[in-house]
Formats: sequence, C-alpha cells, structure tokens
Amino acid sequence: MPKFKLVIQTLAALSLGAHAATLPAAGDPERGKQTAQVCLACHGPDGAGMSAANYPRLDILDAGYMAKQLRDIKAGTRQTPIMQPFAATLTDQQIEDVSAYYASQSATVPQPPEADPELMALGRKLVYRGDWDRYIPSCNSCHGPESRGVGSEFPALAGQHASYIESQLRAWKDGTRHNDPLDLMLAIAERMTDEDIKAAAAFLAAQPAE
Amino acid sequence: MSKTFFIHATVALSILAGGTALAEPKVPVRLPDFKLGQYVHKAPTLEELEADESIHPELRKVILYGYDLFMNTQQLRGKYVFNEMNCRNCHLGEGRMPWSAPIWPAVTTLPNYRGKNWQVNSLEERIAGCFSYSMNGKPPPYGSDTMLALVAYHQWLARSAPIYESNIAGRGFGSVPKPAQEPDYKRGEQVFMANCAICHGADGQGRRVNGVVQFPPLWGDGAYNWGAGMSRVDTAAAFIKHNMPLGQPGRLSDQEAWDVAYFISAQERPQDPRYEQNAEFTREKYKNFHGRTLYGTEVNGRVLGEHANTGEKPFLKPDVLRARTFNLDDES
Repeated sequence: MPKFKLVIQTLAALSLGAHAATLPAAGDPERGKQTAQVCLACHGPDGAGMSAANYPRLDILDAGYMAKQLRDIKAGTRQTPIMQPFAATLTDQQIEDVSAYYASQSATVPQPPEADPELMALGRKLVYRGDWDRYIPSCNSCHGPESRGVGSEFPALAGQHASYIESQLRAWKDGTRHNDPLDLMLAIAERMTDEDIKAAAAFLAAQPAE
Repeated sequence: MSKTFFIHATVALSILAGGTALAEPKVPVRLPDFKLGQYVHKAPTLEELEADESIHPELRKVILYGYDLFMNTQQLRGKYVFNEMNCRNCHLGEGRMPWSAPIWPAVTTLPNYRGKNWQVNSLEERIAGCFSYSMNGKPPPYGSDTMLALVAYHQWLARSAPIYESNIAGRGFGSVPKPAQEPDYKRGEQVFMANCAICHGADGQGRRVNGVVQFPPLWGDGAYNWGAGMSRVDTAAAFIKHNMPLGQPGRLSDQEAWDVAYFISAQERPQDPRYEQNAEFTREKYKNFHGRTLYGTEVNGRVLGEHANTGEKPFLKPDVLRARTFNLDDES
C-alpha cells in the first residue's frame, strides 16, 4: 500500500511537470526523525503523547491523516494555539516526513485507569452500534472495524487518550474544530451529550491499538 | 428560495411551539414528516431484548443470531451471499429506522401480493428476494436455521405492530419529487465525487480494512445485481436523499439526489437472475420493475446489462425463485 501511494505521488509529481518542484516527495521516516526533535517533548519519541496534558498519541495515526492535520493547523483551518507555532515552522516536505516517522512508530501506552462499568457499557454501545434513535451512527461505521482507522480520512481512535478524544468531540460540538470532510464528524458530535462523549472516549481509550 | 423559507418557518414554529429554544443544529436531520393517521412504529432495541424476561432464552439466542446475520451478512459469503453487501448497508440503524427501509413491515404486511413477481409472497420469500438480488446470492433454504433466525429478528422488531396495517410512517425509503432538470450523468458524477467518493471510492468500489468490507461497492461485481430494488433510479434517489452521506439525511437537494442516483444506476452490475434471451427482452418482460431502472437501455453508447457476468456467483438464477401455481398436485 505505501508503495502504491509512492507510485501515485511520483506519477502525480511527473504529470505536473513544471510544478513538480513545489510538490513534496513522499514522506521519509528517517528524515522525519530529525524533524521530530521539535515534537518529542510533548508527543514523545515514539508518539505516545501525554494523556494528562491532552497531547494526542500519534503512532496509531495514518501518515496521510497526520500530514493533513499539520497542513490545516499551519494554514489556520484547524485551530490549536499550542500546536500552531510548531506547525508553522514546518515545510511541506517536513510535514510529510514527520508524519511518516510517527506513523512508523509503535508506542507503549499505559492502560488507562478502569472507568465506571456503566459508562463503559454506553461507550461500547456508541462505538459498536451507535444510537440511531438520536441519529448517531456507530464510531466503527466510519472509523473502521474496532475503530482502528480507515485510510487517511478516518483516523484510528482505539488506544487514543480519552482526554484528547473528549476534547476533539467538544471542539466539533462548539464549532472550534471544523476541518472534517463533509461535516461528517460535526453532524454526529453535535448530537452527542457530554455523557456520550465521556463514554465513547473512555471506551475507545481502553481498546488495544493493534 | 421557497424551500429555505419553509425550513426557517418550520424551525421558527417549532421553537415557538416547543418553548425551549434549542440551538439550531449546524447539520440538521432533514426527513419528511409523517402523515396524519399513519401508524408510527417504535421498533424495540437490543437492550429491550436483553431485559425482557418473558422471552425464552432459546428464542433470545435465535433473535440475536438473526441480528448478527443482519449486521454481518458477509459471514454467509460464498454460501448464500456472493457480493460484498450486508443487510445493514441498505437497512440502516439495524433495520429499525424509518425512511431506511425498516424491515419490520415485511412481517405485518405479508403474506401479500407483490407486483415484483406477480404472486403472493411469504416473509421467507421476501427475504429470499433480498438474497437473490441485493446480495447477488442464493437464499437460505426455507425453514432452515439461517432463515428462521432472520425471520425471528424481523418478527421481534415488529413487536406490537398491527397486522395488515398498510398506512405505515417511514416505510421503504420514501420518495423524492422529480427534479426540475432531467437527471444527468455528468452532473451526477460531480455530485458523486464531491459527496460519495470519500467513502465509496472514486471508482465506486467501496473500501476494505484488512479484507473486511468497510464501505460497500455501489456497482461492479461486489454490488447488488440488476434485479435489486436499489437498481431503480427513483429508489436509489430516495435512499440517498434520506440516508446519505451517513448521518446527514436531507443534505443533498432533490436534484442532486436524482443526478447521483442516475450516475450510480448507469454503471454495470451483475446480471438480473431473471434474465432471458437479452437485456431488452428481459427489460420488456419485467417492465413494471425495469421501467424504473436503466437496464436494457443505452447509456454512454452501450446497452446496460447486456452481458453474461453473474459476478462471484457461479450460476444465474437461484432454484427457489419460482412461480406459484396453487395447483395442489405440486405438493403431493
């Protein structure tokens, strides 16, 4: 699959001819490791992130998804005051490289503390079945079986820190995050109650990433 | 313009009527209103099934097996299912949702005459129809464990609904008024690329994760065949308008829904199991059905359905698709 992507990108670069110079090459994890020097204080060298500080786990994410987020943050279409100054310093090539680096990692993240069983039961329901009477499709219906992500559009959620999942769902709900394609996440986030958000986040965080 | 006004007026009215002015959602669920006098069914949930102590544990097991087959129909792949579809792909929300072809009305309105095959059909025969066309497959035998489990799940969802009441709220996918402009392939393709391709792929072939179908293909060998209800342009338009993109019913305009339904319905798919002689002949014979599809008509320089491709399925017509005669000699 990565090879296939590489071919597509190369072809795209070739077909663009004169513009080829401005298109970043496929991400190189080795170069990305250097770029990651500015990231690792918060996200860790292996992308484990930091639950208490709401720094997301990166190793579970798809490189294409991460690169898009970095581009959006740099351009201001995804607002995050902490991350913005870092993204702003990255070139398009560095964005590709550092995304490839973190996607190649496999972090060890401690199991989150056990949550209330009722909350976990609600979380399981939302992740596997949704709540259609409130027009909430399941997380898995877009984020993939076990919510481990689908391509570059639907990020992995299993094993992500609960604090981060919660903060993002709230950001969609209050309108501060809006860089999802076709409002796919917004539509669902705004139908979720605070309890739904807590439950889905707690359940997802407790799931194995692989 | 008038439509926008209508929506605003409705919102204003509901705020006045409701008293509590909730913030207007940024992505509203826009579905048709139920008509006065229609039966509105509240299909039971899995939680109710688990909690209902009056249900014998053996029955609960069978209903849950039916639910499992409904949600993951791919477990029957190669046996009864020969494409990449699951029941839940067309019947969203576990088969319970209005405007998403809820499955419980099949329990309360059958046996009944169906124009599709010009005869009286039982619930099992109706389910066999889904397997033959939408799943491009071979129906589980009548009376088999698989069939019983599916019937049990349907019947349990119909709990307390009136038998032979036909004025049902949210039955089928509803309908979308014919748009101002004739549905158009090119415009439909644009709607598809902008709204559908993210999940179903630019080539309409869906997406898989570790070999498991995540988003179903909409045409080609993995999709429903030319005999499936969804191959009718108006049916596809209604499904799309009231269900797609996932979680956003009513996002597309009527024109967009018809255009994209036309585009999808103008692609090739496995042969209609009722095929005889050629596509034009078959279209003519089943005119009441194919009068609503593009099968046997020329689109972009080729006649749709004029091929011998049955997809993964190694035969054309399942044996169980047969005509009823009510000649009791057949039963001896």
